Amino acid sequence: MKENLTLIQRLNAHPDSRCWFVGWNPNGTLLASCGGDKAIRIWGREGDSWVCKGVLEDGHQRTVRKLAWSPCGNYLASASFDATTCIWKKKNDDFESLTVLEGHENEVKCVSWAPSGNLLATCSRDKSVWIWEVDEEDDYECVTVLNSHTQDVKHVAWHPTQELLVSASYDNNICIYKEVDDDWECQATLQGHTSTVWNLSFSATGERLASCSDDRTVKIWKEYLAESGQGELIGDISWKCVCTLSGYHGRAVYDVDWCRLTGALATASGDDAVRVFKEESSTDPDQPLFSLAAHMPKAHSQDVNSVAWNPKEAGLLATCSDSGDIAIWRFQEQD
Amino acid sequence: MSGGTQLENANPVIFERSGERLQTAADEDEDVHDPIDDREIFDLIRSINDPEHPLSLEELNVVEQVRVKVNDAESNVGVEFTPTIPHCSMATLIGLSIKVKLLRSLPDRFKIDVHITPGTHASEDAVNKQLADKERVAAALENSSLLEVVNQCLSTRSV
Repeated sequence: MKENLTLIQRLNAHPDSRCWFVGWNPNGTLLASCGGDKAIRIWGREGDSWVCKGVLEDGHQRTVRKLAWSPCGNYLASASFDATTCIWKKKNDDFESLTVLEGHENEVKCVSWAPSGNLLATCSRDKSVWIWEVDEEDDYECVTVLNSHTQDVKHVAWHPTQELLVSASYDNNICIYKEVDDDWECQATLQGHTSTVWNLSFSATGERLASCSDDRTVKIWKEYLAESGQGELIGDISWKCVCTLSGYHGRAVYDVDWCRLTGALATASGDDAVRVFKEESSTDPDQPLFSLAAHMPKAHSQDVNSVAWNPKEAGLLATCSDSGDIAIWRFQEQD
Repeated sequence: MSGGTQLENANPVIFERSGERLQTAADEDEDVHDPIDDREIFDLIRSINDPEHPLSLEELNVVEQVRVKVNDAESNVGVEFTPTIPHCSMATLIGLSIKVKLLRSLPDRFKIDVHITPGTHASEDAVNKQLADKERVAAALENSSLLEVVNQCLSTRSV
């Protein structure tokens, strides 16, 4: 297979530490990274290269595990092993710490902003998912604590347009939550992975969800209306696994990102490789087929932890690794 | 760790330590490629202290050279360890100590898998899953009291 993933730049982002996560701001001009060095770094383009624009330190006492940009791009939330979530506000080119969200008993593993920007979700090894409401004065109030998982919750993600929340856990399951009569409740539990589910990513429209796992597979789940008679029927939402990508990854799959511009699916794996999958164009929507479009073995010298498509520039991909570095790639399709 | 004085396994069977690695002429030759082998990994972990007894993991037969598998070309290391009793509450700590010792000693390119010898522990799957979860291992090693216990297991015992 012809290589069509080209390295643009490699950044020694978190030296002598591990880089856990990379995430683009909504207009794709800034990349934020975090890691075991307790720091958050902001990267921006200068001419042809990417440079460090700022370092956010002193926010956390322990590893910063994940970050989330608010939909407006003016806030950054950071989740840390120190059991807190920090909210940072962008002021010109700087960020200042606005508030610290406390409540989880131990490591916060992930944070995610709802599309409206009015709700924030966090999850923790304490097995709970918290939803926070944000008001105009930048005050954050916990509105619910969800205890649907029996183990460590690894990831939370919001639907791209609706107030629908999904979470992934060490208990091998995915939970889907919705607000019903002013109460948030778990509407469906997706079972299928045989080990920890590390990450989730919605498709552009939110009709499908990709999940990746320690079981070395990626699964694609599709939403069905209850009356269609497909899938697990719980409430009015039902989701069914319509595709499993197995046999591609040599170790755990830590991240999956579904490009909202092109529909390409990128994965980050503990086998040091970055892969891109494309959906075959003429497949049955109930049985989609994905094929490996690009495979970069040894993309990093150690585990790849995170992968993120730029939201505005199609094909621009950022990845990061246990080796502490970030790599920026260009994915180009070939006929 | 519990503060109790009651040992879970008060009278463990003690095994003889293996001798020193035999040096060959090729070991002294700087021009000969010297891949990391099973014995080298075993030498790294055999002297780890048991958390309960004043004995090494080798003396308790918790680690054995035949349960170490190294593939230098593929950069992976697999170690199986055998708790002395099937309900040993120290199994996770022993596994973590082996993992940390190897993480600290081996080049970064190595993938390190530490498992319980199949069929030798009541919570085998749960312990294996925890040891394989690098996020939980990373968080555990930021916990200073747990790190201290691990470091005690890895310290050279003063005789």
